Amino acid sequence: MTVPEPYRLILYLAGILGFVGLNAAYLVWVERKGAGRFQRRPGPTEAGPAGLLQPIADALKLMSKQLLVPAGVDRTLFRVAPLLMMSPVLISLAVIPWSESLAARNINVGLLMIFAFGSINVMAVMLGGWSSRNKYAIISAARVVSQNVAYEIPMLLVIVTMIMVTGTMDLNEIVRQQEGFIWNWNIFRVWVNPLMPLTFLVFFTCMLAETNRAPFDMAEAESELVAGAYTEYSSMGFGVFFMAEYANILLGCALGTVLFLGGWQSPIGILPGVFWFLAKMYFLIFTVVWIRWTFPRTQFYGLLNLSWKILIPLSLFTLILTSAMMKLF
Amino acid sequence: MKKALQEISQGLISLFEGMRITLGQFFKPTVTVHYPHETLKMPPRFRGHIELVRDPETGRAICYACKLCEKACPSDCISVEGVKLEGAKKRSVSNYMLDFTKCSLCGSCVEACRDGAIRFSREYNLAGLSKDDYVMDLFKRLENEAKAPEGQGGAAVEKQPAAAEPNPEVK
Repeated sequence: MTVPEPYRLILYLAGILGFVGLNAAYLVWVERKGAGRFQRRPGPTEAGPAGLLQPIADALKLMSKQLLVPAGVDRTLFRVAPLLMMSPVLISLAVIPWSESLAARNINVGLLMIFAFGSINVMAVMLGGWSSRNKYAIISAARVVSQNVAYEIPMLLVIVTMIMVTGTMDLNEIVRQQEGFIWNWNIFRVWVNPLMPLTFLVFFTCMLAETNRAPFDMAEAESELVAGAYTEYSSMGFGVFFMAEYANILLGCALGTVLFLGGWQSPIGILPGVFWFLAKMYFLIFTVVWIRWTFPRTQFYGLLNLSWKILIPLSLFTLILTSAMMKLF
Repeated sequence: MKKALQEISQGLISLFEGMRITLGQFFKPTVTVHYPHETLKMPPRFRGHIELVRDPETGRAICYACKLCEKACPSDCISVEGVKLEGAKKRSVSNYMLDFTKCSLCGSCVEACRDGAIRFSREYNLAGLSKDDYVMDLFKRLENEAKAPEGQGGAAVEKQPAAAEPNPEVK
């Protein structure tokens, strides 16, 4: 099915915005329900059946609050930061191939583009924290920067490994290479790199750290920093940060699906690609929630130790191993 | 080097072990009581505010206003009035006021009562808008309870088991 150009763009724009909005709202519900079940309680139940109207109630409540800009803050940066956090995700989602023929823009350097834009949200949290003129926010901003610098390195090393294995940065092409049964997925391609499952783990850990998810949520460690960089934000300023957090998780899990879990490829040959893509992506998202409610928050030096002493050597090792394997076999 | 690697791999395994345990909890049934919709039965020795006990034969209060409870109360929060009804041998209670704002639930009144005429209720839904809500007319409460069939008194009465078995501590 082809739609003429300007309409196609508008459709994709509306589609992505709608999809992100819906997911940001309902991932909060998933998170709360999941948190409940992990702690043997039911989660939200009162608003609508099984609490399904809860996100709408939350959103209405947030929107009805005053959009407060505290005295003495850097007005422009303060207001720009939430947008800066949200927009890179929306842009990056344009290159994600949801199915064989469903991608807003299938460019041949999609992977590069995602990482180019992916780095911006660090800056957004930093600006938000810095411009808030609040000590908690500044501590949080400093933490975010050092954390993200530390985790960007193993993440990119893993990506380099993946580019070497697949030989392309075109996301659709990467998925196409993983056709067939489950052992053709990149995560199980142990003949190219015997440590491939471990590489996926490194990727996933870095994804958690980059999206500031527990156990790496040093940026908004409630017990120490109130709400970190978001302390001074009220109303939808906070709401956009919150949505962007979930949108980032969505993007990270979509990327993990494309790179390691065979994207829209069906392992058993039935049902359309979109279904499989979403199934894999939501499984990863569920894992993110699962991890959050399993592990306590790490200490900050523990977090940096994990990156510099374990993840970076490990990802360097897989990089060298992969290149050696590719040269030899 | 070997030790460090061992530590890392063991740490990794323990992470997966932790995730296995939480997933196990995920599929177990929830243990929450959905409070306004369901309530737990209060245990027999629960100490709510005191209430008058009804004589199962006559259907009236056992209390004959001897005022021992009033004297036993260290916080001075009970005041009892009694009248002598015609044809009755004993006096009977006509007004029993409990100032629950001062009561510390010490139970001296229940201990002092010789006939088991007062006991702890199992009332715990005690939200109110003013301090005056807690100056309770226990005699009126007993009469209201008598008028309403079992378990259909006020909204607050409904929550607790209507005819509680006598408190083992009484007597």
